[in-house]
Amino acid sequence: MPKAHVHPYIPNSVPETKQEMMNEIGIKTIDELYTDVPKQLRFTRKLNLPEAMSEQEVSRHIEALLCRNKSARETPTFLGAGCWHHYVPAVVDSIVQRSEFLTSYTPYQPEISQGMLQALFEYQSMICELTGMDVANSSMYDWSSALGEAIRMAVRLNNRTQVVVPRIIHADRYATLQTYIEPLKMHIEKADYNRETGLINLESLKERVSEKTAAVYIENPSYLGFIESQVKESAEIAHDKGALFIVGVDPTSLGVLKAPGDYGADIVVGEGQPLGNRLNFGGPLLGLFACRGEMELIRQMPGRVIGMTTTLKGDKIGFCMALQTREQHIRRERATSNICTNEALCAVASAVYLALLGPEGLKELGESIIIRTQYAMHKLNLIKGVKTPLFQSPHFKEFTVNFDKTGKKAQSIHRTLLKKYGIHGGKSISKEFPELGQTALYCVTEAHSRHDIDQLMQSLRAALKGKR
Amino acid sequence: MYRQAQWNEKVIFELGGKGRRGYALPSVEDDVLKLVGSPADKLPKAVVRSQPPRLPALSEAEVVRHFTRLSQMNYGVDMGFYPLGSCTMKYNPKINEELAGAVGITELHPNQDESTVQGILEIMYTLSRWLAEITGTHEVCLQPSAGAHGELLGALIMRAYHKFNGDAEERTELIVPDSAHGTNPASGTMAGFKIVVVPSNQNGTLDLKALKASVSGNTAGLMLTNPNTLGLFEEDIAEIADIIHKAGGLLYYDGANLNAIMGKTRPGDMGYDIVHINIHKTFSTPHGGGGPGSGPIGVSKELEKFLPVPQVAYDKKRDRFYLDYDKAESIGKIRSFYGNVAVLLRAYAYILSMGSEGLEEAAQISVLNANYLVRKLSGIRGLELPYAKGRPRKHECVFSVKSMHKDTGVRAMDVAKRLLDYGLHSPTTYFPLIVDEALMIEPTESVEKEELDRFVEALKKISEEAYSNPNLVKNAPYNASVTRLDEAKASHPKTMALSWRMHQNRNIIKAASS
Repeated sequence: MPKAHVHPYIPNSVPETKQEMMNEIGIKTIDELYTDVPKQLRFTRKLNLPEAMSEQEVSRHIEALLCRNKSARETPTFLGAGCWHHYVPAVVDSIVQRSEFLTSYTPYQPEISQGMLQALFEYQSMICELTGMDVANSSMYDWSSALGEAIRMAVRLNNRTQVVVPRIIHADRYATLQTYIEPLKMHIEKADYNRETGLINLESLKERVSEKTAAVYIENPSYLGFIESQVKESAEIAHDKGALFIVGVDPTSLGVLKAPGDYGADIVVGEGQPLGNRLNFGGPLLGLFACRGEMELIRQMPGRVIGMTTTLKGDKIGFCMALQTREQHIRRERATSNICTNEALCAVASAVYLALLGPEGLKELGESIIIRTQYAMHKLNLIKGVKTPLFQSPHFKEFTVNFDKTGKKAQSIHRTLLKKYGIHGGKSISKEFPELGQTALYCVTEAHSRHDIDQLMQSLRAALKGKR
Repeated sequence: MYRQAQWNEKVIFELGGKGRRGYALPSVEDDVLKLVGSPADKLPKAVVRSQPPRLPALSEAEVVRHFTRLSQMNYGVDMGFYPLGSCTMKYNPKINEELAGAVGITELHPNQDESTVQGILEIMYTLSRWLAEITGTHEVCLQPSAGAHGELLGALIMRAYHKFNGDAEERTELIVPDSAHGTNPASGTMAGFKIVVVPSNQNGTLDLKALKASVSGNTAGLMLTNPNTLGLFEEDIAEIADIIHKAGGLLYYDGANLNAIMGKTRPGDMGYDIVHINIHKTFSTPHGGGGPGSGPIGVSKELEKFLPVPQVAYDKKRDRFYLDYDKAESIGKIRSFYGNVAVLLRAYAYILSMGSEGLEEAAQISVLNANYLVRKLSGIRGLELPYAKGRPRKHECVFSVKSMHKDTGVRAMDVAKRLLDYGLHSPTTYFPLIVDEALMIEPTESVEKEELDRFVEALKKISEEAYSNPNLVKNAPYNASVTRLDEAKASHPKTMALSWRMHQNRNIIKAASS
């Protein structure tokens, strides 16, 4: 960028303006405004950063870097495991890119922020309809941190010291949960699963749940894709001992699967990314958080919540942040959580997405995913040595594919698929679940056409025929 | 005067009609359907949904109109001055949005093979090195999703450090000044610390005597923003660092106010051990009405081993970027995957656009603008600048309308609401807590002098109004989408309606005209 230019982002850099303002303040140099920074702490050299680039140069530079990535657009991708490839209707981006939404701050002044507030209220309301809960907050960072916060909330409510989670859980989610509750000196136990069906082993769960249990957490669909059907039983085991029942969800399943509120959930968490948000290399995501409507629960909720109200005059409906006395800027060290900046715009994207799909669309989405997944499992099972799924249960959009009988490692098959056939297979889970042998977790959504699936099958078959 | 759109837009559940849809899915191929059969048969009875969720049913155009109307009832940086103190509402460059919309980032799955994501890994790696340079730290972790998330991570690292040294049982106290952001004590508590509050002295900076009296063998560390929330540089920072370190504690930098000092001084050089950076403040990424943000932290060499996994790393031999999971004493994970990458990409573009001189100039002009406001606002009736008069502010300044309140009954919130009528966003109100009737003003470097002058004129006018017709100010705003809202009603257990279903079940919130 030519040096003489005033930077486009800094209007008062124009020497005359600067001078005029300095005159007004009564200083000769801007450095006089920094005289209170002790001399020995002054940074005297130049920051070791690249020279400023013009917009055109920035654009060229970054586009070149991004071109070095192979996106799911070019390489059919069957990865899921916490971040899922779905189609995002064009309307979603056109709304969330509107600068009135994009460039606004947290709606601390509700009167000129009604648009964002109402959109977030609508998001919360739609999440309540999906989950069967009465209240949802306006977002958490992601599913993992939402789970951490949910367990902390349970402990605030019942002051207990242990929590039970399923053995089949995403490693990141489990690790995040550990981090979030480590300061509480909590003890986590894992309930085993049935080797045939994958379902939670109710005996194992029962053994672990006691008067010390703050909460029982299950996921539906499970991390490995099958649908957890013993939900009522799990809820009963939790509630019998006075523990909270927390359910983790993939919301794209909730057009076809029962709302967790209908089988006893007290708190629902989950990942909202698949509702209109893109992969973005794993972030931003969108943490769902909802709970039942009892005041004692609501008071312990983390995060921002938008509520309906009226004007003081009472002539109009309006929206504003509610229950701020739970939050850090008011309650400080006694706040329910430290979260303030959240994933609001992703929540708006999800509200737009759900509004576009509507009740029938969400149901069709779920059905379409189940059919395609079923088709993919059927096709892959035709390949010699391949077994899918490992568990004899209905699956939603992810499924285990086992390669033990092919005599090859899941990782090496993955590499061949990618290098030779330009297809991105599933995620190898052999390290997370050594007991499942050479297994990968594949994902199919409505964004995969029959052609994509057939191509996967043919390529996988060819890849397995190659030398060991 | 300003007039915001007033659409009286209904809640979306009241719009649309049965059978309408805004988006049609591709239909499943016939032979696939034939092969697989009906999806309903595949579902276990115990979890089948009997009725679809009660979502609204709208056509595509209805959805677009609804949300477009809502957007018109929302004020953003692109519309005008947004001087929210400690929020650094600078301009969000358009080119960064365009780049963040490229498929080379939007369609990248986090579990893709390293060979297919070298471009984004390079961007992340390079950005982490730049942030380390700007903050004077050794290693930067990009994972935290927001400033408060970074604070939580920082506090957990403090805990891990003391545990590593075998004295976590004693070191249970985290010190924060009374002028601190609310997140500091909240994050400290989440990480298991007891919060010890140290008062500010009469100059508005940390009281050294009180600090010395507060440290002990129980001290885990101190969280301190610098410049502080009054916009004053903590000039005793070297001594403060010394006191904390001698006591065996760690010093944590709350990066909310980093914008003022880029290229002028660095937290790492001041003696800070852990530093968080608010990407969505200092590095220009849009706030999106509350998020997504990004809050990387930088740490000293000694603390590097505690960072969460994975770190983005570079293997010189293979000339490859990779995700490094090898951290001996890692605290583990604080979220899924690697951070808010789409936000980080925008920051990378911003730093390229600015260069080192541009960043320093941004800092300088943000400080020039704040001090210009101090000068121009001083002397307006009812407005006072508490603490350290005559000392330069950094990026922000805090005025008090205590005397206006005493004279006229007009409070800081009333002034804030009246500003909206002039088409200006209000400053942060009632913060920091050590200032009565506070207006915390942060202009940033993106605003032109004329807009600053317009803000000054508006406050002058509002002061006149307060002294001549206080009710005019107390009942503001008049020109926003709605007049002043009853915020207490939204939070009262008897009237609260936190979702559409809650509202329908209780049917308490009603408006006279609708």
